[in-house]
Amino acid sequence: MFKNLTIGQHYPVESPVHSLDPRVKIIMTFAFIISLFLIESFVTYLYVIAFLAVAIISSKVPFKFVLRGLRPIFFIILITFIINILMTPGNVIIFELGFIKITDAGLRQAGFMALRLTLLIMGTSLLTLTTSPILLTDGIENLLNPFKKIGVPAHELAMMMTIALRFIPTLMEETEKIMKAQKSRGADFESGNVINRAKNLIPLLVPLFISAFRRADELAMAMEARCYRGGENRTRMRQLKMEMGDYVAIFIFVIYFAMIIVSKIW
Amino acid sequence: MEDNIIKIENVKFKYGKEDNKYAVDGVSLNIKKGQFTAIIGHNGSGKSTLAKLINSILLPTEGKIFVKGMDTSDDSKLWDIRQTAGMVFQNPDNQLVATIVEEDIAFGPENQGVEPSEIRKRVDAALNTVGMYEYRRRPPHLLSGGQKQRIAIAGILALNSDCIILDEPTAMLDPSGRVEVMETLKKLNKIGKTIVLITHYMDEAVQADRVVVMDKGNIRLDGTPKEVFSNLDAIKKFGLDVPQVTELAQVLIKEGVDLPSDIIYVKELVDLLCQ
Repeated sequence: MFKNLTIGQHYPVESPVHSLDPRVKIIMTFAFIISLFLIESFVTYLYVIAFLAVAIISSKVPFKFVLRGLRPIFFIILITFIINILMTPGNVIIFELGFIKITDAGLRQAGFMALRLTLLIMGTSLLTLTTSPILLTDGIENLLNPFKKIGVPAHELAMMMTIALRFIPTLMEETEKIMKAQKSRGADFESGNVINRAKNLIPLLVPLFISAFRRADELAMAMEARCYRGGENRTRMRQLKMEMGDYVAIFIFVIYFAMIIVSKIW
Repeated sequence: MEDNIIKIENVKFKYGKEDNKYAVDGVSLNIKKGQFTAIIGHNGSGKSTLAKLINSILLPTEGKIFVKGMDTSDDSKLWDIRQTAGMVFQNPDNQLVATIVEEDIAFGPENQGVEPSEIRKRVDAALNTVGMYEYRRRPPHLLSGGQKQRIAIAGILALNSDCIILDEPTAMLDPSGRVEVMETLKKLNKIGKTIVLITHYMDEAVQADRVVVMDKGNIRLDGTPKEVFSNLDAIKKFGLDVPQVTELAQVLIKEGVDLPSDIIYVKELVDLLCQ
């Protein structure tokens, strides 16, 4: 049941996008999202789509993997689309039936929102598809470091993410083991309605939680035995380094972003 | 140069204030630098507690422990003590922190604030010593129990510890994993590391230089494996077994075969029988 679960959705191939510094990718993704909300014409969206397409092609990630990210939020996009159509007031009424009014402005607004959300998800999927969870964690820690002074626990967040990633497979394995053990004693995890099925999970969750806490206790002791004392004065073996490719990517991205601003001013 | 890397002086310890039973009850023990010591005893004999006391995870209720001359109750020396006497625990899953083998080994030196290039060197050296270099990019959950335990040992090596304390490192491993870990420990002992191995398995204890038997929080027997395991009756009294070979030799002696009573190695018995 958990065999096919991969952590995150990293698609490990070698490509110019994969080898970019994670910090560069994270910042570019954020800037890309901002750019999506600056745009106010469909023609400019064509330009954004072309840019994203180039990024996806050079990442060597199959297109369907990028689209896969859309599946869970398909309904959100659909609902946003419908609400925007119905709720935006406009001058030209295209269609009217009782209280339902569809205006030209409504259609336009709904189209924008659906496009924005779709492109936003595809852009962020590209980030997680091309960056391993470890590098992503490193990148986030590094980017948050300057904010330590105002109380952002950068190291602690990164440590939590690392430990979570480390223990997901271990706990999965354990869940499977407990499930088998409880099934052999007659527990039923598959039949009944939703409420019954949720209730039946109790004999699975209780032992799982107890063991997770015991693991946490032991891990804390092992970490202390290895001289762990928080983020102060800690060094890292792997240092993030900007390379030629990163500067090229930044250069391309700056041009992309500048063009969008130019199109807005016009 | 201090000859005894670990000095335990009449240490008592109990877990709760109200407990009237001491988990460790007046233990005195000196461990020489470079020695391979095995501590055996059945469950609740206080051997794991003793290990945690040496690593300063627990502090003695009474008495003193010195690691390389440093008092374990001295807070300012805490990190030096943990660096000198590294500790490996029983469950291999619950002591690996990172998602990649080499990152995990780097965890200790990273905590010490070692330079990145120096960490790299230490990690590579530690991986080579435990023979896991080709696995450096693997996630730990895909390794076998024996391999995980070797990674945990490498993590302590990267701290540059002089002494490695292992709290039943083989208890959760299969037989081939146990052999892997024992081979690694013997190799480390050869390059000068002091090893304190807490174990359940007599076949592991006979491979040490010195065997300490604990029972009810106290040391009952202490000596070379031969001295300790020839005390067949005493060993049985503390609820422990002797190595299988010794058991076999004893039966043979009873049946009238002419053998010395202190046989503890398989090879020894084979040689004697095949003369």
